[in-house]
Amino acid sequence: MTNYSLKHLEELEAESIFVMREVFAQFDNPAILFSGGKDSIVVTHLARKAFFPAKIPFPLMHVDTGHNFPETIKFRDDLIKELGAQLIVGSVQDSIDDGRVEEETGFNASRNMLQTTTLLDTLEREKIDCALGGARRDEEKARAKERFLSHRDEFGQWDPKHQRPELWHLFNGRHSMGEHFRAFPISNWTEMDVWQYILKENIAIPSLYFAHERKVIRRNDTWIPYSEHINLKPEEEVVTKQIRFRTLGDITITGGDESDADTLEKIVQEVAAARTTERGNRSDDKRSESAMEDRKKEGYF
Amino acid sequence: MSYLDMELLRFTTAGSVDDGKSTLIGRLLYDSKSIFQDQIENIQAVSDKRGSEHLELGLLTDGLKDEREQGITIDVAYRYFATPKRKFIIADTPGHIQYTRNMVTGASTADVALILIDARNGVIEQTCRHSFIASLLRIPHLVVCVNKMDLVDYSEEQYNKVVEQYKEFAAKLNVHDIRFIPISALHGDNVVNNSEPMNWYKGGTLLHNLETIHIGSDENLIDCRFPVQTVIRPFSTEYHDYRGYAGTVAGGVFKPGDEVIVLPSGLTSKIKSIDTLNGPLNEAFPPMSVTMTLEDDIDVGRGDMISRVNNQPEVKQDIEVMLCWLNKKGPKPRAKYYVRHTTNEVRAIIKEVIYKVDINTLHRLEEDKEIGMNDISRVMLRTTKPLFCDPYSKNKITGSIILVDETTNETVAAGMIL
Repeated sequence: MTNYSLKHLEELEAESIFVMREVFAQFDNPAILFSGGKDSIVVTHLARKAFFPAKIPFPLMHVDTGHNFPETIKFRDDLIKELGAQLIVGSVQDSIDDGRVEEETGFNASRNMLQTTTLLDTLEREKIDCALGGARRDEEKARAKERFLSHRDEFGQWDPKHQRPELWHLFNGRHSMGEHFRAFPISNWTEMDVWQYILKENIAIPSLYFAHERKVIRRNDTWIPYSEHINLKPEEEVVTKQIRFRTLGDITITGGDESDADTLEKIVQEVAAARTTERGNRSDDKRSESAMEDRKKEGYF
Repeated sequence: MSYLDMELLRFTTAGSVDDGKSTLIGRLLYDSKSIFQDQIENIQAVSDKRGSEHLELGLLTDGLKDEREQGITIDVAYRYFATPKRKFIIADTPGHIQYTRNMVTGASTADVALILIDARNGVIEQTCRHSFIASLLRIPHLVVCVNKMDLVDYSEEQYNKVVEQYKEFAAKLNVHDIRFIPISALHGDNVVNNSEPMNWYKGGTLLHNLETIHIGSDENLIDCRFPVQTVIRPFSTEYHDYRGYAGTVAGGVFKPGDEVIVLPSGLTSKIKSIDTLNGPLNEAFPPMSVTMTLEDDIDVGRGDMISRVNNQPEVKQDIEVMLCWLNKKGPKPRAKYYVRHTTNEVRAIIKEVIYKVDINTLHRLEEDKEIGMNDISRVMLRTTKPLFCDPYSKNKITGSIILVDETTNETVAAGMIL
């Protein structure tokens, strides 16, 4: 007799596909927020599954800080070509040039905070009423309270205390003009689930996730990649290390770990044995105790 | 690769404000080694700043700034951990009466509910309320954790007293699997590890129970229900005439060749194929997300239900439900609401409030019919178009609805069809 039960990755996949199809059915103009990181790559892969044999019915939207890893941009462009999808780029440099935001200065300067303005401007310009993101609830304590379908007011803000109750899998995407939603199809996935799924489905990911040699500097207890966007402190030294990245953000804020995990199998083993959270190396989350909550309230994803 | 073969168990936690719910979850995560070093450092720093004597494990689940400041949980927080046996999703829900709506939310997707009782106080009003909600939402398994056993000297007698008290009350509930465990979340007794001071307790630890509760038979595999989410039309040369009906199986097992009926049209056809990106399937069962094609070119769209000719859902416009009101403002007289049911949306009015339930005593209040936030009542809805539904007790997916306010678009109520 057949065993009519799903394994955890199959159940998570089915749930995510359901969410994507609801987004497609309930909104006029959704888009996938694509960062080039593993989570948005998995979301894109799931979108492919959700609408097969049709093409992904959403454009991919990238908020380009200008501080990218070159590998990420190449990966993005190759994937777009393969999917035959439309790419929308929101440029932080344009926001700076237009005087919408001001560049941070100093050694810890990053464009992370500026992204929110560019993101919201781009959503408005493209009239996107639902932005699908790869955020997961296990990543961070404010994200642990997110809904699958998260309502944003006309300023793009998240109000965690007045979220719509989300029961069973009955999603309420009704909204007034000017408001939009964020949708998080992989809310219930953990970092481990994502890696296991990438391995199981053999999904292509940027080479940055695999151990490789790179010029780095030691800063805030992590290896920050050396690039033209980094202001070196006098005591800092550029060294070459074999590292890999557990998450990908801007090149200025993403720290790598020393690692020899150069295959997906080794990465899964490394993640299983990890003793720190994956965002532990992200200086954007370290600015204060509630850094993520504050950014989310302002419209960050 | 054994880690790819795990089962997923979703559970929710309920207890009143000081029952130590967050501490229990923190303890489960901590003792099952699911907490990372930087998270421990982070909560250690906050604990020190507050001047606590020990690591405040509750901080692991309190996410929002207000929650940390007030030491309470406001919103449902989802937590994740895995053991070699299972992967777990925890919906940690607040205990305050004003957050009952969050408890209902957490309970709606749970396989198991943990009910926390303070061993010193025994069964109190909130215990009854939480247990009632768990039974109303048909959570198949309840685990009653009698917590703070350290504060009653790990007394077996006190534990038995609380268990008896609970059993007496639970006779009124509709739950078939209730287990009891004496624990101390603060010290970790019987959470992940066995308890030395309570060696009189012979049952398994909480984690052992969570790892072994049989959940495989909780899905409905008999009554075939497939609510259509969207129609897949590739418009490509390769799939020129392809029309696929995308959805998640809500009940039963579907196979190619099966004779099916589409509601509301009543047209019948046969399943031609069940498609996925990874290739066609021989069968689809809950909760799989698939795309079906039919032999005949009939009109099918979002909100339609694919079912079997000899086993169809009820088709009706007068819907009797147990309704939990979730919004600050109660229903307006003769107001219309959008009803969301599976992938369908219709409009409805609340035709009649039959009675309200006193959720602490389970008494029916036939005189007081004024519905407010957190109230649970039995009501009759009249919809503009028929719903294709089953009783909630038979199928949670085809038996549940939400009401959406027409002006604010807020989700104001959740209902279980009787």
